Amino acid sequence: MRTLSRRRLIAAGIASATTLSAAAIAAKLASRYGLVPPDGAGLYGPGETLTYAAQRLLTRHSLAREFAPAQISRPPFANEVAPLGAPFRKLQDSGFTSWRLAIDGDVARPSTFTITDLRAFPRRTQITHLACEEGWSYIAEWTGVPLSHILDLVGASPQARYVVYRSIQPDWWESIDMDDALHPQTLIAHSMNGADLPVPFGGPLRLRVPRQLGYKSVKYITSLTVTESLKSFGKGLGSASPEGGYAWFAGI
Amino acid sequence: MPDSVEGRNPIRHALFVRVAHWLTALAFLALLVTGVEILLSHPRFYWGESGNALSTPLFKLPLPASRATVPTGYGYVLPDQNGWSRALHFQAAWLLVLTALPYLALGLFRGHFRRDLLPTRAGFSLRALAASLARHLRFPPPAPEEAWSYNLLQRITYLKVIFLLFPLAIWTGLAMSPAVASALPFVVTVWGGQQSARTLHFFVSISLSAFLVIHIVMVVRAGFRDRVRAMLTGRATATTPKEPV
Repeated sequence: MRTLSRRRLIAAGIASATTLSAAAIAAKLASRYGLVPPDGAGLYGPGETLTYAAQRLLTRHSLAREFAPAQISRPPFANEVAPLGAPFRKLQDSGFTSWRLAIDGDVARPSTFTITDLRAFPRRTQITHLACEEGWSYIAEWTGVPLSHILDLVGASPQARYVVYRSIQPDWWESIDMDDALHPQTLIAHSMNGADLPVPFGGPLRLRVPRQLGYKSVKYITSLTVTESLKSFGKGLGSASPEGGYAWFAGI
Repeated sequence: MPDSVEGRNPIRHALFVRVAHWLTALAFLALLVTGVEILLSHPRFYWGESGNALSTPLFKLPLPASRATVPTGYGYVLPDQNGWSRALHFQAAWLLVLTALPYLALGLFRGHFRRDLLPTRAGFSLRALAASLARHLRFPPPAPEEAWSYNLLQRITYLKVIFLLFPLAIWTGLAMSPAVASALPFVVTVWGGQQSARTLHFFVSISLSAFLVIHIVMVVRAGFRDRVRAMLTGRATATTPKEPV
């Protein structure tokens, strides 16, 4: 074994000190520029943080691919959901006329919209790919109100960093950062393939986030909350997914 | 390379090669185990942009699935392991990439690829390749000089793993990411679609797994203790004199 000379020892010391300070500075900068996801701690935190930071640095404003009508999957595949409860069935029986989408949190004008309200708003139609984390996918045409339009209407705070959204199904909620919330392709979808959004696909309302995996496109949404911090929601990990072991950021 | 000092074994593998080897081994093992777990949630493969349980698959694996929605023919559903599998898969992928970048830079600048992996001009001919193949198929014990230098088939195989299979695995993996596909569509379209990329990712993983098995068999045949010691400590055995090659 070679003996450690003083020079080598000092060099090694300087090298490790530099590495550690660089890592500390990188962590601080990442947090300041919103590059750390809410589930960025823990065993898989480093991987989640690297992925989210890389995506936000490189793909912040990119548009999801859109497809030709001939590429629409026929028939599309509706993943299974937990049995729809009595509150849902009651609304379904009346043709969803009493369905409400409530928006609160850091907004100037907390509001509630009916399906009819939403259908009267400016709409966007796009043919996009929905990929499930399991590996399967389908392509469909989605029509809905861009979430950015709703956020403008209610006067979302400029300090807001996330939008939390919840399903009528118990314990099914997600959140996205403002990059995805204000993204032109993020829709409150009410129609699919030219008809009302079918119930198995999330009807009457589904939040479509085409730059992320299917589980971020929550079905049967009833409320949105605009917020600066996710700490007070659930276990503070950002959404129900990380509480169940899945990544909060699902753009991969 | 630092040469032999009197009474000590000379360096067989440079430090950066050894560190990269074991970090890659660790990352690949994690990617393989978690990849199988993820695969079990949908053991069907498609070609093109999209595919699901209602589409005709290109092929399906005769395996049970961890999702009840997949028609497998088995009467049971495996437990869902996708949460931690996906998290570990992507974290290991980062480890792989962050290991590969300095390895590729050092390998280039220190002449590792040129000296240790590129077949020598004299050795690289069809005849030499045929001779090497024929010799290998008779499974002879390794020649003494092989403790010091890779033979022709080894060089070609390692180059293929480093510069073809791993880059393809990473590329086809990235092609499955909806965010990457949005920013760099050609990453997906070059394969004909997201499901094609997934299918290719599977075949590349099979190739890498086949390499791993053969690699381990060869190491065992060549002398497991000596070869593993060389990759751990950098030094070959004292009993193998360094021959000029």
